[in-house]
Amino acid sequence: MATNERQQLALDSLTGVVEGIYNQLDGGEIPSMGLPQRSKRNIEFDPHHNVWKYGDLQTARSAKTVNGAVMMLRTVYTADFINEMIRDNKSSTLREMYYISEGWKNAKFHSQDESNLLAEDLETITKCMREDFKLRPEESGAHVYGDVNFTTQTKKGMKTLNCIDDVSEAGFAVPYKVENDTFQIDPGNAKFVMAIETGGMFARLIENGFPEKHDCILIHLAGQPARSTRRLIKRLNEEYNLPVTVFTDGDPWSFRIYASVAYGAIKTAHISEYLATPTAQFIGITASDILNYNLPTDKLNDKDIGALNAELSDPRFKDEYWVNEIQAMLSMKKKSEQQALAKYGLDFVTDNYLPEKLTDMGIL
Amino acid sequence: MPSEKVTKEEAAPKEKKTAIAHKLATKQQEISVTEFFEKNKQILGFDSRSKSLLMGIKEAVDNSLDACEEAGIPPEVSVSIERLNEEDYRIRITDNGPGIVHKMMPNVFGRLLYGSRFHALRQSRGQQGIGISATVMYGNITTGKPAHVISKIEGDDEVAWEMDIVIDTKTNRPIVTNDRAFTWEGVEHGTSIEYTIKGRYVTGKQSVFEYLKNTAIVNPHAQISFTDPDGTKTVFERATDIMPPKPKEIKPHPEGMEIGDVLKYSQNSQQKTVKAFLKNDFSRITDRLATEIVEKSKVNGEKKPEKITREDAIAILEAIKTCKIMAPPTDCLSPIGDTLIKKGLMHVLDGLRPEYYATPVTRSPKAVNGNPFVVEAGIVYGGDIPSDGQVQILRFANRVPLLYQQGACAVTKAISEMDWRRYGLEQRGGKGIPYGPAIILVHVASTKVPFTSEGKEAVASFPELQSEIGLALRLCARNLKSHLNKMERKKKTHAKFEIVQEILPDMAQKAAEHLNRPVPNLDMTITRIMNVVWVEPKVKKENKKLRTITYTVYNYTTLPRSLMLHAQLPKEAVNLSLFSHQYFVDMNEEGKVNWEIKDLEPSKSTTISFELIGDMADTFDADDIFFSGLNPAMVMGADGLPGDWGIKGMEITQTDEADFVEEEEEETVEVEDLGDE
Repeated sequence: MATNERQQLALDSLTGVVEGIYNQLDGGEIPSMGLPQRSKRNIEFDPHHNVWKYGDLQTARSAKTVNGAVMMLRTVYTADFINEMIRDNKSSTLREMYYISEGWKNAKFHSQDESNLLAEDLETITKCMREDFKLRPEESGAHVYGDVNFTTQTKKGMKTLNCIDDVSEAGFAVPYKVENDTFQIDPGNAKFVMAIETGGMFARLIENGFPEKHDCILIHLAGQPARSTRRLIKRLNEEYNLPVTVFTDGDPWSFRIYASVAYGAIKTAHISEYLATPTAQFIGITASDILNYNLPTDKLNDKDIGALNAELSDPRFKDEYWVNEIQAMLSMKKKSEQQALAKYGLDFVTDNYLPEKLTDMGIL
Repeated sequence: MPSEKVTKEEAAPKEKKTAIAHKLATKQQEISVTEFFEKNKQILGFDSRSKSLLMGIKEAVDNSLDACEEAGIPPEVSVSIERLNEEDYRIRITDNGPGIVHKMMPNVFGRLLYGSRFHALRQSRGQQGIGISATVMYGNITTGKPAHVISKIEGDDEVAWEMDIVIDTKTNRPIVTNDRAFTWEGVEHGTSIEYTIKGRYVTGKQSVFEYLKNTAIVNPHAQISFTDPDGTKTVFERATDIMPPKPKEIKPHPEGMEIGDVLKYSQNSQQKTVKAFLKNDFSRITDRLATEIVEKSKVNGEKKPEKITREDAIAILEAIKTCKIMAPPTDCLSPIGDTLIKKGLMHVLDGLRPEYYATPVTRSPKAVNGNPFVVEAGIVYGGDIPSDGQVQILRFANRVPLLYQQGACAVTKAISEMDWRRYGLEQRGGKGIPYGPAIILVHVASTKVPFTSEGKEAVASFPELQSEIGLALRLCARNLKSHLNKMERKKKTHAKFEIVQEILPDMAQKAAEHLNRPVPNLDMTITRIMNVVWVEPKVKKENKKLRTITYTVYNYTTLPRSLMLHAQLPKEAVNLSLFSHQYFVDMNEEGKVNWEIKDLEPSKSTTISFELIGDMADTFDADDIFFSGLNPAMVMGADGLPGDWGIKGMEITQTDEADFVEEEEEETVEVEDLGDE
């Protein structure tokens, strides 16, 4: 679908939401709307897309409560604001929307979390994407390095960039929108994709010449990956059949990074089919790596243990592999970082660890 | 209690062999009371420099207030402290009391244990006449300077007298110099004392300022002004013109007496016989009882009272124990009363802008061991009262603030033993002094307050007193709790108000604009959301003594509604604006007012409005509004008429409550740690 068509659709659905509120008021009713419950209790596996999506549990939002009424008022204001942006061919960051709401009186957002939440609400109600509303996140923070060409919209028109030749060692910065109309991909000789949690490890692999040697596209996730980063990974996998691997620290929070790449995040479960890459494989650091490689460790703190226990009740982690990993980590009470591999020298990760793991996975 | 003379005399002369004893005897001499106290200053509370400064002022102010009340004069007391050097202070206390006749002045100010109060039983501040002269003496001892005293009694041909007084510590006699008459410009009657003392001026919890401030709280009929050493003057204005009733003197009650008391009273008795002495010099002893006591004790009822021996006294006390004697009369006590406690608190603590003054509680008097006592309590909550520490405790005995020895006091014990968590204050483990933005006031009044020591700093604990304090506090705390609940409900009401008055109209406007359609009428939606009859109180402070109270009643339901509103107003503050209002029905002797609103149409509102004028205008809390005639679930902003109000409200007639559903749960958004941005 072309951009302007998608935008028109988004606009129409937003207007539909406003109309719903108007009609309820006009009919003397208390405005209300149903929303999918956004919690781990309400995510279900979608066998069609192989990802986790929201189930049927609904939350009722009603103007009977101040919170409900304010959220609906914001919906109306936001619809109006998006309407204006589409008309003027502008876009705004979520943070800018938060500041623009200063002039919205009772509809004003009190924190950016509130404006983010509303944007997600609108997505779930209208089944459109936030990008269609011309709303974008602050910055993705994610970078790509490897022999891949991206043709992308710049101020001087469409330009093609190679992610080794045309970028600095920091890599190519991923824009907030990576859909085909403004962002085309030519994967060249690339054989697989490796998503990396930390900047330190990303830089280590580049310095050691890993992407060149193994025809690998490196993507630095910078913590929990932004939507466009996940979307890019998804497109590389789905459209160009590149296997995807994920290389993170060995702690409960890193497991969640993998889960949001592979299965879909709970917050964005309404668009998991666009974002999640179900075939993504986890390289490590696993609990068994910690033992097998005798890695330096830290003790799990109370928050870590809480997070691991929460994962045991998270449907996305309900398979044998993850249950074993989580329980192994709980019983050894230790976690480790990917950079702990430096214990055996700076080249160990590229000369030994990754080749061993990737060979086991059948990628090398 | 110290006896009047402490002597160390050798007994009768002994055999000649004991010559050493004779030699010693020549060195031994009578020690006067004055000298005794000079050596035991701490008994009187003069045990530190800062405390000495406070104690002197406390004694003088207590005397001034007692004297004014006895004479029925609204007290005006001014205190000033001047710093002469590092530790010498000149202090002056002036009152508008009845004055002291010239020839009595030296004795009042210059003789310890002088005064009429020692044997009198009644509620008074200084329960012994020891205070002011002790101050004079302490000043003499520490600085060598005499006290300067001025007094004038009422009368056109009276002049004022002034004199310098020092106390001869050997003889407990005043030495007067510079005694002269003069014209005290502009003063009709009053007394002033100025003395120099070694002390230390402090601020904070145990300061002169705190003492005077607290005194002003429990003495709302007094005007107290204070000039501190920096020259800053603070005036605690009079909060009411109503004088407390004069405390009545009562005769001692036989219970709780000791042998010494019986002997002392019998020596001073005017009665001719023991029987008449028992019957007339004690309270609650009837003719029949006097006969019974005489018979049981086997003491000759016809002999003269002064002939009562030690053995007789013991027998009489034993006999009294076996008799059933009525408790002492309690009308001799003058509690401050709930209204005036509130008034006093409001007047003095207004700077802290407390959110709530719990209706103070005055218990009915009780008697233990022949002593009647009464307990009063009040709680102030919220506003600028610090919320991060322990609550502040204000202790009072016979209208005198107690600033020292909080830990040893029965009041503190009673507070600590209560579980305040039930009443909305924090308390670790449900014991100890609670935490939170509150001030707790407890006043114990008695003809004989049981202090733990002569310094009169803490009330001694006994079970009956402890339990009375507990009961008073509980009643007060219950008021606080219901206020906190009310505030919680009010918050909810206001949330709804915000929805219907601001959010929905805004939503309708914006949605209409977006769709380019007319703005919809919201009446029906608003009625559905509110689904209540809503009472909104509003107080307008016209000036210091005039308030306009307005209740707006909105019918946010689908049917016409009739209801009655009820409030208890300070009767003396109402005026014609109340009686002439269209919804006014009647007011009873207690000031309980009924209004009736008939058939208020849906989506319509109406108002009840009246003025309160005068001193008591600010004692009415507009949130204390009650209703009858409607299902309590249907009304917001007012409480159902309490059953114990003694007023018959309107019966509930309408029964269309089917659509009154309890509030739904608030939408919950679960925040998980899965941020993907």
